[in-house]
Amino acid sequence: MAEFEPVLLRRILKNASPSLEAYRADGGYRALDKALAMSPADVTKAVVDSKLRGRGGAGFPCGVKWTFLPKDHPGPIYLCVNADESEPCTFNNRILMHQDPHQVLEGMIIASYAIRAQVAYLYIRYEYGDATRAMQQAIDEAYAAGLLGKNILGKQGFDLDVYIHRGAGAYICGEETGLIESLEGKRAWPRIKPPFPAVEGAFRKPTIVNNIETLACVTHILDRGPEWFKSMGTPADPANPRDAGSYGPKLYCISGHVNKPCCVELPLGVTARELIDKHGGGVWKGRKAKAIVPGGISMGFLTADEIDTKLDFGSLGPFTKNGCLGLGTAAVTVIDEETSMVDVLYNICRFFEHESCGQCTPCREGTGWMLKIVDRIRKGLGRAEDLNILEEVGHQIGIMPGTTICGLADGAGWPVKQAIRKFRAEFESYIKSGKKTHTLQLVAAH
Amino acid sequence: MPVLSEALKEKIKSYFPRYPSKQAVTLPALHLVQDELRCVPLEAIREIADLLDLSPAEVHDTMSFYGIFRDEQHKLGKRRLWVCRGLACALRGGEEVLASVCEKLKVAPGGTSEDGKITVEFAECIGVCEGAPAVLIDDSGRPDVTLDKVDALLTELRA
Ligand SMILES: Cc1cc2nc3c(=O)[nH]c(=O)nc-3n(C[C@H](O)[C@H](O)[C@H](O)COP(=O)(O)O)c2cc1C
Ligand code: SF4
Ligand code: FES
Repeated sequence: MAEFEPVLLRRILKNASPSLEAYRADGGYRALDKALAMSPADVTKAVVDSKLRGRGGAGFPCGVKWTFLPKDHPGPIYLCVNADESEPCTFNNRILMHQDPHQVLEGMIIASYAIRAQVAYLYIRYEYGDATRAMQQAIDEAYAAGLLGKNILGKQGFDLDVYIHRGAGAYICGEETGLIESLEGKRAWPRIKPPFPAVEGAFRKPTIVNNIETLACVTHILDRGPEWFKSMGTPADPANPRDAGSYGPKLYCISGHVNKPCCVELPLGVTARELIDKHGGGVWKGRKAKAIVPGGISMGFLTADEIDTKLDFGSLGPFTKNGCLGLGTAAVTVIDEETSMVDVLYNICRFFEHESCGQCTPCREGTGWMLKIVDRIRKGLGRAEDLNILEEVGHQIGIMPGTTICGLADGAGWPVKQAIRKFRAEFESYIKSGKKTHTLQLVAAH
Repeated sequence: MPVLSEALKEKIKSYFPRYPSKQAVTLPALHLVQDELRCVPLEAIREIADLLDLSPAEVHDTMSFYGIFRDEQHKLGKRRLWVCRGLACALRGGEEVLASVCEKLKVAPGGTSEDGKITVEFAECIGVCEGAPAVLIDDSGRPDVTLDKVDALLTELRA
């Protein structure tokens, strides 16, 4: 197979300047020209045809979501760009915004044209100050060049304003309706759905929420065409009408116990093994991997035996053999053989207990109980039956069992269920050993 | 005694045209105030509410949801140093960096050094995991802050 040539990271790998001038010299805003020569419906169709699936975690087909907007709505319609990127171990949106902001902005402008939005809010987590400043600079340049504002590039009636809205340090603002509430100036409590944002979103108006990487893909789909996009990745299984396939390039983040943590771009469907060995420089200190987080900590774990699993939308999921929650953000974190899974699970449970917004009792209390139980086990006070209780709580909280408003709870329960299912023997022997861990450090860092 | 200067109020008002509701200016206003005053005093909450046609309780409700904002009793030091305790960082020594920073500044996470120069926080993943262990200085990520670099970092922040 021919060596894959990065597209999303193309300019970043060359250390190209983020300025508008340099971006244009590299062919930037050609895709926007092409889009403006088409009707909004045809732009949407190109994105539908490309089979692009959202990169923010849920993998919903992007173009199809755009078609859910009410027809002939008098407006306003909003685009909310999700740059909250708070799923632990995920950092690709940061790299895109900080180092190639016009690529992202071009996708935002094309999407706004397609969905007839005249205002786009770019919701960036507070922690991304450098990326925020890079995006603001790009926005300012775009206004000066007639790429934003009124009658963009001379296209009568195509007006767009882009505003950055800074977050304030809460994971739940990444959930699309939490993001909308936060944008509106309230606590980021996710809304009960339906109505979905496409029907009633920001300021009670039709709204499309898309991830940064999704919109960067839109830029290239318009530039190179849907067929180009579909030439990459894992095709849909023809025997399974519900499989939407995994097409296009994907940014994979690699972190944890590897020699070279990094972000790489590859066609969807690369295996965890290839990512770790070829791109991450292998497991550090000559050790082996014990567990692999396949797509952010909400997704669960792959064991060392599952290292040849393809990382795409179809190969990870509740009904696959590995049973992970999904591809998530495709952020791979390697945990080496010397690290205690009790410590790892403690770190993960602590995160979700801290980030639950507290609206739904099963999530608010469940994340607290799971943390308490894992903490108790860690401190040497665990009981054999604790593992079953952990599994049960993990099973009971979330949208899937139907007890909560948003998916944070599914993501909190999943790593717990998977840790107990896949590493039960380690937890049992820890409990039996009478070992007590009081320090916060993950031991294998030494 | 009003605490928001006219200039600051004007800055807040300059956000109005961006949104169809004034309430949406709550987060921008809180950020602007805290950047300038290093906290959001109760009186500022009242003044923001006035500007945004809200009740002070609504502004406070939003503010208290986000861990980033501080009241007068917990005013920020000159610099804010967040040490990441997320999984990717913890796997590479992040918790030890946090412990070391706290020990050297003689504060618990959330606290400010006695000279008022550095406020220490723990952070959940700050999105710099390829440079774990990482820290955030105010709103700027810094990769590869291993234990041996803590002293130099604190000296830099005190300057
Ligand atoms: C708890 C939670 C956190 C989320 N965090 C993010 C996030 O940080 N960034 C993101 O793009 N999507 C996040 N999502 C997914 C969004 O709700 C939404 O599906 C996504 O932004 C849609 O964009 P896409 O279709 O382009 O992927 C999160 C979902 C949940 C349940
Ligand atoms: S599931 Fe958890 S995070 Fe989501 S709305 Fe309910 S309490 Fe909040
Ligand atoms: S876990 Fe620390 S930056 Fe991501």
